Amino acid sequence: MSTQSMTNQDAHAHGHEHDDHEHHDPVATKVFGFWIYIMSDCVLFASIFATYAVLGTNYAGGPTSHELFELPFVLVETFVLLASSFMIGLATLAMNKGNKQGTMLWLALTLILGAVFVSLEIYEFHHFISEGAGPQRSAFLSSFFTLVGTHGLHVTSGVIWAIILLIQIATKGLNDMNRSRLMCLSLFWHFLHIIWICVFTIVYLMGVI
Amino acid sequence: MSNQHHSQESHDHGSVKSYTTGLILSIILTVIPFGLVMTGALSAMTTLAAIMIMAVVQIVVQVVYFLHLNEGSGPRWNMISLWFTILIVGIVVVGSVWIMFHLNHNLMVGM
Repeated sequence: MSTQSMTNQDAHAHGHEHDDHEHHDPVATKVFGFWIYIMSDCVLFASIFATYAVLGTNYAGGPTSHELFELPFVLVETFVLLASSFMIGLATLAMNKGNKQGTMLWLALTLILGAVFVSLEIYEFHHFISEGAGPQRSAFLSSFFTLVGTHGLHVTSGVIWAIILLIQIATKGLNDMNRSRLMCLSLFWHFLHIIWICVFTIVYLMGVI
Repeated sequence: MSNQHHSQESHDHGSVKSYTTGLILSIILTVIPFGLVMTGALSAMTTLAAIMIMAVVQIVVQVVYFLHLNEGSGPRWNMISLWFTILIVGIVVVGSVWIMFHLNHNLMVGM
């Protein structure tokens, strides 16, 4: 399959037709296992979204979502994350072509944009807390910080993962281990952007209507 | 080689074209709801419906053009686990909102 190294194409081209829909490929099995983890993460986010949906209008006399949220700032965050999601897609494409330099370049851009996103989010949190809108102020803010903070922690761990993977690719090249790691990271990253679409719509846009 | 190449194209990574399509569609589907909310051109309920629909469409776009779940090997199990997760997510979110809304409503009446 595509995830095999390019050097044993011949042996592989024959086996491919039979194996196409099975999981003999260790890389495909790993990626599938990671997919199951992502699905369980979806359930985690679903419970936090449900909490936010229930508590999101309990302002307790504190600042409301209308007063706090600045949509243009959030739009910038959204585009930064979307761009990084696109970049990691290009990284996997470069990896499949066996282009080590290209993979590392796109992966580096992905993690820089991810770090920019996290910085913007920390800035936003700091801004809210300095205005007296910390997580202890109301049920709305507790659930807001839990939801957006959990997403931010995921992105942070993705950035750390990307840094480690970058070092691994630089030292060991595009071997099967690093290929499956990058495939998993790209799944994780796209998943985080999909979660952010929900955050953007349910928390920010619906909070300002 | 051509066989190998073909399997690469149709496996789990698509092409630059599919990522670019996904990117452009995602930008459009982000800017439209943002514009609707910022300008307040439509009524609140219409805006709400529109942004919810566009969020769902954008998620589908991302799944198709970025995750490529609709093609390649082993998607059957990927799809089965995805549908199962969607079911669980639906039960958790809709169930919580439904129950808590009614509890809230009843408490309000009591007061």
